[in-house]
Amino acid sequence: MTRTLIVIGHGMVGHRLVEAVRQRDATDAWRVVVFGEEPRPAYDRVALSSYLDGKSAEDLSLTGQDVWDDPMVELRLGTAVTGVDRAARTVSTADGSVVGYDALVLATGSRPFVPPVPGRDLDGCFVYRTIEDLDAIRAAATEGAPGVVIGGGLLGLEAAGALRRLGMRTHVVEMAPRLMPLQVDEGGGQVLGRLVTDLGLTVHCGAAIESIDGDDRVRSIALADGTVLDAELVVFSAGVRPRDELAEVAGLERGERGGFLVDEFCRTSDERVWAVGECAAVQGRCYGLVAPGYSMAEGVAEQLLELGDGTFPGADLSTKLKLLGVDVASFGDAHGQTPGALEVVYANNAAGTYAKLVLSDDARVLLGGVLVGDAGAYSVLRPLVGRELPAPPEQLLLPAGSGVDAGALPADATVCSCNNVTKQDITTAITEQQLTDVPGVKACTRAGTSCGSCVPMLKTLLGECGVVTSTALCEHFPQSRSELFEIVRATGTRSFSELIGKHGTGRGCDICKPVVASILASLGHGHVLDGEQAGLQDTNDRFLANLQRNGTYSVVPRVPGGEITPDKLIVLGEVAKEFGLYTKITGGQRIDLFGARVEQLPRIWRRLVDAGFESGHAYGKALRTVKSCVGNDWCRYGVQDSVSMAIRLELRYRGLRAPHKVKAGVSGCARECAEARGKDFGVIATEKGWNLYVGGNGGFTPRHAELLAADLDDERLVQLIDRFLMFYVRTADRLQRTSAWLESLDGGLDHLREVVVEDSLGIAAELEEAMQRHVDSYTDEWAGVLADPDKLARFVSFVNAPEAPDPTIRFVEERGQIRPGPVALPMPAFATQEVSS
Amino acid sequence: MTWQPICALEMLPPEYGVPALVQDRPVAVFRTHDDELYAVGNVDPFCGAGVISRGIVGDRGGEPTVASPMLKQVFSLRTGQCLDDPSARLPVYPVRRRPDGVVEVALP
Repeated sequence: MTRTLIVIGHGMVGHRLVEAVRQRDATDAWRVVVFGEEPRPAYDRVALSSYLDGKSAEDLSLTGQDVWDDPMVELRLGTAVTGVDRAARTVSTADGSVVGYDALVLATGSRPFVPPVPGRDLDGCFVYRTIEDLDAIRAAATEGAPGVVIGGGLLGLEAAGALRRLGMRTHVVEMAPRLMPLQVDEGGGQVLGRLVTDLGLTVHCGAAIESIDGDDRVRSIALADGTVLDAELVVFSAGVRPRDELAEVAGLERGERGGFLVDEFCRTSDERVWAVGECAAVQGRCYGLVAPGYSMAEGVAEQLLELGDGTFPGADLSTKLKLLGVDVASFGDAHGQTPGALEVVYANNAAGTYAKLVLSDDARVLLGGVLVGDAGAYSVLRPLVGRELPAPPEQLLLPAGSGVDAGALPADATVCSCNNVTKQDITTAITEQQLTDVPGVKACTRAGTSCGSCVPMLKTLLGECGVVTSTALCEHFPQSRSELFEIVRATGTRSFSELIGKHGTGRGCDICKPVVASILASLGHGHVLDGEQAGLQDTNDRFLANLQRNGTYSVVPRVPGGEITPDKLIVLGEVAKEFGLYTKITGGQRIDLFGARVEQLPRIWRRLVDAGFESGHAYGKALRTVKSCVGNDWCRYGVQDSVSMAIRLELRYRGLRAPHKVKAGVSGCARECAEARGKDFGVIATEKGWNLYVGGNGGFTPRHAELLAADLDDERLVQLIDRFLMFYVRTADRLQRTSAWLESLDGGLDHLREVVVEDSLGIAAELEEAMQRHVDSYTDEWAGVLADPDKLARFVSFVNAPEAPDPTIRFVEERGQIRPGPVALPMPAFATQEVSS
Repeated sequence: MTWQPICALEMLPPEYGVPALVQDRPVAVFRTHDDELYAVGNVDPFCGAGVISRGIVGDRGGEPTVASPMLKQVFSLRTGQCLDDPSARLPVYPVRRRPDGVVEVALP
């Protein structure tokens, strides 16, 4: 018999409850009716600020079509619940409907707290909670004008970051004597204040608001000490209050400080009514973080489905955040409230870092800590809370927690708190599944897949398990590809022999030679077939065409952006006909000509080069195609000229050698006809400029590109792509796609954005220069071979019979064109065949 | 044993290979960095295509090698043995350099 579960509230926690029930409810025991007050389904409120970086409401959404398609779920959005009749077991809504329930879960969340100061209702005053709030703030923000955030806690700093991004002169007013008073201690707060001030924000701590003043809209804010701050916009982020209005209506008890009072099972005094998330006062205490809310939702789902006891285990309030680009972490008893607790502090004012450990009275057990400026040690320290210290505290506090190794962690210590994965879970997976790298550990255990702060620890654990994550390129070079790149760049090395003589052993192989060839080519060291370089190239680069399964090659001329004249189209047809080639339109808007023999390649190129074509690099680990839609010249919907941009980008980056082939796309509007988000870098036009996405494609494991920067003009777009590509070319591993590279970066997309957009490493100018050198030195490789008799002499079927066709090549016909035929020669000797003959 | 001239040594740069037709057999001739010459069958036993001469020359633990450009199996240039799969081997041919600098291959 199907029963009805009503969930009031479709925020992150309400949605998690629905998911948890639906995933485990094998017998469809519960029909779920969800009431949401907001007009849209649940979205990632924790990532709300990224909405201002160009993420769309859709990007943030937590629901997919499956929720709408699920016949057991009814989502009623824009519907406020006004009444609960516990006796009749019904809820009633503002639009007058009444729905009966067998179980009711309150997930109404919380509302921003607006302190009762005069003037708080003036135009220009906002809260920071919903997508609609951000739309309103964005519309009201004026670049260069003063904006004030009231509240210097976690959310206040988020809001301050948002105003700063909108170009406002931003002030933060905090009543406590330091920023983030709940999470960090005085010393940490001071360092944090200094780092935030360095970013151009003005911080007023220990300051109370007297009034907000203006005529029809906000003009200034008066502080209790007499200071008056100009303000054209005010954002209240002074904490949240549980949304517990229904307690009265339903006759349910409240906690002392608000919230629906529930027991450790999240159950109210009515056994059919639960409360979860920020509106729940679990044994009197409200939690303003999403993780405890999720664990409450999971627990209630277990109870509803009778799968476990579903107790709320209590919350780990540890946090690690990057606010305004500043690392802040706090864990365990961060404020040293345990009786007799001792503190060890390491502060480095010069570097802007602060670290504190809270220890038991005998200085042996770690109770908690605070890290500001550099939270690198967080992933090691947090799992150690409640355990004996594995090393002297001062050693643990030194930068990056260099003193501790993973061996110090007990097996049951939680390494990934987002997904509740212990050290033991990880080491077992590594040994039993024979995992050899971090992506493998992520896939098998889910560790490191949410916030990513434990990724460095996963690397260490792989090492602990004896997995040698050697970065050596091959037996000839102990260095990684990126190290070799830096050696070649720094020493000006121009040949493989010189490099292996000084930095390697032996004579190289098919692994290291193409890598070095690619590095030399990236740095613009001449034609790829010059001198010794010819012997380093993989066959595709050696013959500047793409080796196919029967030993013939395919030839792909460049068609920038996919735009081609009728005359050129005719030439391609004529060439294909003359040489009897198979033709196919590729996925990247090219025409591929297959079946060319080595000795035919120069003659085919001659025809193409004479007709104005050049090499399309379809053979290389290089930039391949920049796909485009038709753009605003022809398309009714296009908002920018995607064709011109695609051509510009393709011509700019043509010939660029990279660790893996690179594809790109430019779409003229959000309809995405060029499928730009499925590319290594993708550009999508909006009315406000270009949005740049990176790290898509992914090969075997397809991946959508992620937004790196939004609303760019042409010049800024090209500048950021220059930096992105060159940074990738320099630092990626051999054959590592941009997607895997991005995943392997410590700090992921955020780190990439810091380096590429904000220039945190100070290398942006250098990357741009390197790209400019590439652009300036580009020449067509096909034309280069045609002009050089020595290079041409290598394009023979047999050196002693240059025009004799290779007898292993045979074609048959299919659908009016050639395809490779069965192998003509008897297969050469396999050792086993010799034995039997 | 009849020796057949293939090409002048200059046609064969160090750590490079060339394809040749010796009677009717496709042969790949290589010159290593220390000026040693090697000749093996040009047909890749894993795919049947005549591509071995286009492979990258190098060494594995000191053994001179060539890697097939098709699916990258590595073969010893001295013995023709595939070092990645013991069941496959390339035929090996005698090769020498005449005093006038011409490279010759013999069929046994």
